[in-house]
Amino acid sequence: MSNFIDLFFNLDIMAQAWPLLLKGLIITLKLCAVVILLGLAGGLLLALGALSPRKWLKWPTIGFIDLFRALPPLVVLIFVYSGLPFAGLELTPFMAVVLAFFLNNSAYFAEVFRAGIQSVPKGQPEAAQATGLSQVQSLVHVILPQAIRNVLPDLLSNTVEVVKLTSLASVVSLSELLYSANMARSITYNSSPLVLAALIYLAILWPLVRLISRYQRGLAEH
Amino acid sequence: MSFLDTFFDGAVMAKYLPDLLAALVTTLWLSAAIVIAGLALGLVLACLRTLGRWYLTLPIVAFADISRALPPLVVILVFYFGLPGLGIRLSGPMVLFIVLGGVLAAFAEEIFWAGLTSVPKGQWEAGRATGLSFMQTLFDIALPQAIRLGIPSLVNRALAITKMTALGSVIGVKEILSVSSSAQSFSGSATPLTMAALAYLAIFLPVVIFARLLEKRYT
Repeated sequence: MSNFIDLFFNLDIMAQAWPLLLKGLIITLKLCAVVILLGLAGGLLLALGALSPRKWLKWPTIGFIDLFRALPPLVVLIFVYSGLPFAGLELTPFMAVVLAFFLNNSAYFAEVFRAGIQSVPKGQPEAAQATGLSQVQSLVHVILPQAIRNVLPDLLSNTVEVVKLTSLASVVSLSELLYSANMARSITYNSSPLVLAALIYLAILWPLVRLISRYQRGLAEH
Repeated sequence: MSFLDTFFDGAVMAKYLPDLLAALVTTLWLSAAIVIAGLALGLVLACLRTLGRWYLTLPIVAFADISRALPPLVVILVFYFGLPGLGIRLSGPMVLFIVLGGVLAAFAEEIFWAGLTSVPKGQWEAGRATGLSFMQTLFDIALPQAIRLGIPSLVNRALAITKMTALGSVIGVKEILSVSSSAQSFSGSATPLTMAALAYLAIFLPVVIFARLLEKRYT
């Protein structure tokens, strides 16, 4: 047991690793902010494309969404990071991660937004346009607020997935939280920094996970 | 060098095709094992939770919450690099199987549980009143409805988690991504990465399309 605590919950080593992990955490948070915002924006545009009545827009968009739902995010990341330089496009690790996760996340967010928009009764946009709102106005003021409310749990759970996904950036040596923790592990020959990183992820994400469960239960009761 | 030569070099493709096919098989059986074990464990946990005993519910909820909140890669690294210190040496595929199977079980438990709680109380009472035992009510009345309700979410979740077998490349599992990554650095060509992407599409694109059809049917 003492061996276990020494290897996984060694407070001395955690204290040593803390400044490094804190730096990593800040990069993780920055990365999250960028990829969540880009993912939401890209997802909304793709959802609108996928729901468009114009076939030349609709089918390529759906193809794009399915392509990135089928590819593992790590594969997209490695392709962008190690493959694109062959085509003369050299990206920094941060830019590679942002581009790869933008592609992946917008596909996932697109599916959520699409389900949300489809859940709004057809009469609503018709009524909005009948009262003289433009197409954009009816989207922003009538459709989206209801659509988002209807899929809030899915949006939330997708956001949790995006935060977890940022840990993959460690594979391309972006010094975010997991990379820093793994670095500290290999220097100290002790897994406590990894456990500390896990605890940090848990502190951020557990409340959100609880909230999602609460939502699901709430929906079931209606 | 033209785009085609860089990403679709025929000679490189022919050279690494056998390795990649072997890796594809690894990815496939790992995925199958993860899906079967994960769904089975999730179903068992959700059923145990219906018993309403705090000493069952508490650990189940804690397990489900923690497994859903932690990035799998963190857990994979802890298992792969940390456990040997305790004398527990697991192979890369084993670590991947345990961690991803566990994560899928956590999500599946929540999906089954949400389905079970959505079955109206009256049906449970009616089942018991007609003389069915608790187990019979659970298995014959509640569970079939819960499973049907959960199928679209389960397919999507199983898909997302089996895609994570690519994380095996970090701990030396010879699956598609790791084999193609090393082929890429040996050959100095981006072609093996293209092959990896195509291999993943061959496995997962049919599942994505299947999930779409399911969703259409169930909504």
